[in-house]
Parts: sequence; structure tokens; C-alpha cells
Amino acid sequence: MTMRLAFGFSLAAAALAALAFAPFYVGPYQVGLLIGLAGYVTLSSAWALFSGPTRYVSLATVAFFGIGAYTVAALNEILPYPLVLLAAAGVGLGIALIVGLSTLRLAGVYFVIFTFGLAELVRQLVTWYEVNVTGTLGRYIFMSFGPEEIYWQLLALMAATLFVSWCIGRSRLGLALKIIGDDEVVAAHCGIDIARTKLALFALSAVIITLVGAIQAPRWTYIEPGIVFNPTVSFLTLIMALLGGANRLWGPALGAVPLFLLFEWLSANFPDHYSIILGLLFIAIVFILPGGVLAFVERALAHSKRVTGNAERVREPGTAEARQ
Amino acid sequence: MKSASRRRLRDVFLSAGAVMTVLVGASAHAQERETIKIGYAVSKTGANAGGAGITTIPNYQLWINDVKEAGGLELPDGSKLPIEVIEYDDRSSAEEVVRAVERLATQDEVDFILPPWGTGFNLAVAPLFDRFGYPQLAVSSVTDKAPEFVERWPRSYWMLGGGEDYTDALATLLAEQRDAGTINGKIAMASVADGFGIDLVTAARASFEEAGFETVYDKTYPVGTSDFSPIVNEAATTDADTFVAFSYPPDTFALTQQAQVSSYNPKVLYLGVGVGFPVYGEDKPNAEGVMSLGGIAPDNESNMAYRKRHKELTGQGPDYWGSVITYASLQMLQEAIKRVGLDRDKVSEELSNGTFETVLGETKLEDNQLRTLWWTGQWQDGVFVGVAPQGRSGASKVKLPKAAWQAQ
Repeated sequence: MTMRLAFGFSLAAAALAALAFAPFYVGPYQVGLLIGLAGYVTLSSAWALFSGPTRYVSLATVAFFGIGAYTVAALNEILPYPLVLLAAAGVGLGIALIVGLSTLRLAGVYFVIFTFGLAELVRQLVTWYEVNVTGTLGRYIFMSFGPEEIYWQLLALMAATLFVSWCIGRSRLGLALKIIGDDEVVAAHCGIDIARTKLALFALSAVIITLVGAIQAPRWTYIEPGIVFNPTVSFLTLIMALLGGANRLWGPALGAVPLFLLFEWLSANFPDHYSIILGLLFIAIVFILPGGVLAFVERALAHSKRVTGNAERVREPGTAEARQ
Repeated sequence: MKSASRRRLRDVFLSAGAVMTVLVGASAHAQERETIKIGYAVSKTGANAGGAGITTIPNYQLWINDVKEAGGLELPDGSKLPIEVIEYDDRSSAEEVVRAVERLATQDEVDFILPPWGTGFNLAVAPLFDRFGYPQLAVSSVTDKAPEFVERWPRSYWMLGGGEDYTDALATLLAEQRDAGTINGKIAMASVADGFGIDLVTAARASFEEAGFETVYDKTYPVGTSDFSPIVNEAATTDADTFVAFSYPPDTFALTQQAQVSSYNPKVLYLGVGVGFPVYGEDKPNAEGVMSLGGIAPDNESNMAYRKRHKELTGQGPDYWGSVITYASLQMLQEAIKRVGLDRDKVSEELSNGTFETVLGETKLEDNQLRTLWWTGQWQDGVFVGVAPQGRSGASKVKLPKAAWQAQ
């Protein structure tokens, strides 16, 4: 067990090192791709951190993503960069706590609708503030560093997210979350502080998402609410996490990487038919892989092992989202 | 637990493998020069598609068609090379436009990149154009910071002026009318809560105050507003002779409609983007006298010929503001290539310093900015003519007060 663990860790470290050195060997276009990949792997892993075990489907991703970007735009000229990132994390945490305290008692579709509305609310608040207080809607971010630095920051954040996710999966907190996801009443009777557990995870997930927005913002030079609060970010994150399997450590990454590459390939080769092909693909995914890629692979493996057919039913944890 | 850790291992392998596949992906290879590659990424779908589909895309198509018909782009030695066009849709996403331009510059290795549509998107790609050494003829971006941008990105060109240019011109024009006794010194103002509306209304407040006007009504409405009766009716209760709205196309049409429904006919009606669309005023008697940004000189024959060809080829007339400038910027690029060849540094230098004959007439940039523009226009007899600056040749005289609404 520990041997395997050590081996797994050294493998992950080697992969991380290879990725970190990648900008020295590839062109600027590939660095752009890697930024997108690292960004979406982090977003969907952070999303799954909270939404995977609790099964609370959140569409608030872009609210926090945009808050991060706006904090950088507002502060990049008055604070040194590390402090700007810290401030972004702080703002994200503060808002996540307020939102979490007031809404985590909602469940099911009410929570989904609320989180979708939250993104719009934050966007309108920012717009209102800019219109009435600062009198200018666009903000400029002029940073002295290039895409490579953005990539390394995202990569570090991605590694940290996966590590935190791995730790939580093995901890009492992770177990508590699983019980909450299965049945809140049982969880309450087990003595789990449901509200506090959910709030902690929601806040952690939100802070990571805020940081992704903050780190990526300098890539756009100019931001306005329409650019950073683009709801597509929320939907893509959700689809990626569900495709891979939101309950597994590597699930969101396995969903994000192929989907992101697919989007890129489609927009490079079929710029005029992108949306049509994408829609058809999503339908195909829902029909063929309703439980996510990992669950599908596991089921296929289990099936080949137990061809006799009298084995116990294969568990499909990934279908939980489909049921919601 | 055993199988779990094995699973985790396998996952590491899988994801690392997936990432490596990308890295090893296609790398471009050099080839014999048989064509000149022109690339662009523009919003063909999404929120920006409306604007891009009027000002940018048809003019790119028209120019590409013109170049193809002429047998290609001419080089200094008189030879011609055909163009190969690579087109991407940025889907109105800032991240997408950034990656598409990176792809054009480093994967497709195009010779020149045409800019995307919109202020925000032109700024998003400006550092990339600069880093990869491409000249950026940014047309569809209204910005007061153009001089700063030119300093930061010496190969960037800003062709549509800044908010202050438009509002100063309007304030000057209105002040003359006030001093002549045509209108009073009060203004009612509305603006859309988006980049364009806010930048212009902020500039307008300063311009109007400086010109001694009193703003008696000043309201900002959210993007997507569909009911303009409160704004129009409240403006109608003021005693302002001038109504100014820095609006977007759907709002511009709705405001015009609402003003007619409410029988609100201010002596000066100035609206934002959309007034310059052919569909707003050509063969529409009610557009008579409505004012906005942009305009054309009706006696400019090359511009009129361009408008005719645009309509023939694309099936729609060009708008009266950015379209002709988009086409002129492409003519400048074409002429610069003819003079100095495909070296991008030399082309950039030529664009900065050269004088060009375009559909606008003789065109020369000052500090990488196009400054001879029509700041204010007005619909007169089915043509949206330029009325400010008055000193410019081809300027029409502004007709105020605006005509009464006609029964529909």
C-alpha cells in the first residue's frame, strides 16, 4: 500500500515536473493550450471538490471566476502581485461564506437556480458599481509577465487543488461529505455538523475558482463584466466534471482534458459548424457515458472480469448526478 | 483499497498521456512561398456577432473578393501572389480570441492578421500582435487611450477615435445651434450600461458642461432593456430641446419607435449605434434629421462606389460609420505590401508614415491614429451625411430642428 502510494506520488511529481518544463520545449500556441487545460482542470476539480460528494450542482463557477478577475483588474496598479492574489482569494472567501451561510440550506434544483442567479447578480452589481461610482466600465490589466508565468501559476494551483482533493478524500471530512451526499438525515444523526461541513467545502472550492480567474485575467489585458462573467465557463466546468466523473480524484481532469482538446480541435477545423457538432457530441455523451468516463471504464473492466455474469452488481457512483 | 490505488495510478498515466499527446501535436513546417496567408478571428457567433456581422465580416469578405479578382496581392517587384485566407470564429469569448490569434501566428504562420471586432477584443489581442510582430489595424474600437496604446504597442493602429472626440464635436455643434437660438441650453441624456455607453456618457458629461449646457436628465439603463417608455416619457417631461442616447442597436431602434409612439419630437434627437445602419434610414422618411456618430461625405465618389459594390457583393449596404473605415484599413495594408513587400516591420513603418489613396480619399495616420473622421452625422434625404467637423471638405450643413414624425 505505502509502496504503491509512494510510487503514485513520484509518478504524479514526475508528470508535474514534465508539465512545468513544457514551455521550454513547445511553441507559444501550445503554451496557450496548456493554460486553457490547466485552467479547466483546476476549475472542474475545484467544482467537484464541493459538488461531487454533496451532489449540489453549482452554476456559480463564473461568479467567483469573474470576481477573481475583477479583483486583479481593480488592484493590479496599487498592490504588488502576490498581495493582489491574496486579496482575490480573500474576496472570494468572504463572498463564498456569505453566500454559503445563506443558501446551503437550499437543496436540489433550488440550489442550481440560485447559483445561476448568483453569477448574474454579481455581474449586475459590478456593472452598477462601475456605472455609478467609477464611471467607466472597462478596466485595464497591464502586467509585466507573459503567458509562461500565467501557466506556471495555474499549474501550481492545479497541483495544489488535486492534492487538497486527495487529502480530503482520505480524511474524516471526506467521509462526512459522502454521508451528507447519500442522506442528510443519516448524516445529522451520525453527529455530523452538516452546515459547517458543506460551508467549509463550498468556501474552499470557491477560493480556488476565484484564484483561477485572478491568474488568468492578465491574459485579456482589458476586462468588462460581459467578458469575465461569461456563463459558458460555468457550464463547461460542470460538463467536464460530469464527463470524467465528479466523485473521483482524477475524474474532472479526465473530463476536462479531452473536452478542452475537442473544443480546440473543433474551433480550429470546423469554425462554422462548432455549435452543431458540439450539441450532437453532448447528446452522444449523455447516452453513451451517463456515469462519466471513469465509471464507464471501470464497468467495462469489471464486466470483462466477470463474464460469467453471476457477480455482484457493479456500483456506478457516477450516476448520482444523473439522478439529481 | 488495493484496487483503488491501482486505479489512481492508472489515472495518472492516462491523464499524463493525454497531455503529452497535445504537446507532441502538429508543428508547422516551412514551405515554398506560393501564397500570402491572411488570417483573422472574428465573432461569427455569440453576443458580438451582430456588430461584427455588419462592420467587420462583410468588409473582410469584400476585400478578399477584390484581391482575388485582381489576381492576388501585388509585391514591390510587380509580381502578384494569390492570398490564402484562414478564418476562425472566436464565439464572442475573450479567451477564444486570444488563443485563435496565437494559433494564427504560431501554428498557421500567417503573413498578416486582420483584427477582431470590438474594443475589448482588440485590446485582448494587442499584446499578441505586438509580441509576434504583426501590425494591428484596429478599426472597431472607440478608445480615448489610443495615444497610450500606440506607445505601448508601436505596431497598433487605432482608426475610430475616442469617446471625447465624438462628444466634443457634438457639444460644439449644439453650442452653435444654441447661440443661434435654435435650441435651448438643456440636454436630456440616456446611456446603455455597457463599455460603449458608459465611456461615451462619461465623456459627454464633461463635454456638455464645458460647452455650458445643463444636463437635466441623465439615466443609464441595463443591457437588454426592451421597454423604453419610462425613459422617453420622463425625458419628454423635461424642457430640454436635445435628447441624446448612447445606445446599442436594439435599443436605438426601440427608442426611435417609442419616441414616435409617445409623440416625443425633440429638436435634436441623437442616438447611438444603429442609426448608421442602412436599414435605419434609407427609404425611411421618419429618420430625417436623426443624428448619431459617423457619417459620410456624399460627394466622395470612391466611397459611393464602394457602397455600391458592398451592397452588390454582400447583399447588404455598409453601415455609415465603421464599415468604410474597415475597408480603407485593408486597402492601406494592401498598398503598404505593394510598396515594401511582406516584411512586417517595413509594412508597419509604411502604415505609420505613408499616405494612402483609399475609399475615404487621401488617408494618412497621425501617431498611428486615423484622425480625419466624421464625428457627427445626420440623416438627410435618405443619406447619413457627416455634419461635424464643419471645416472638413464634404461636410453637410446640419438641419435643425429635426423634422416632425410622420404618421406611419
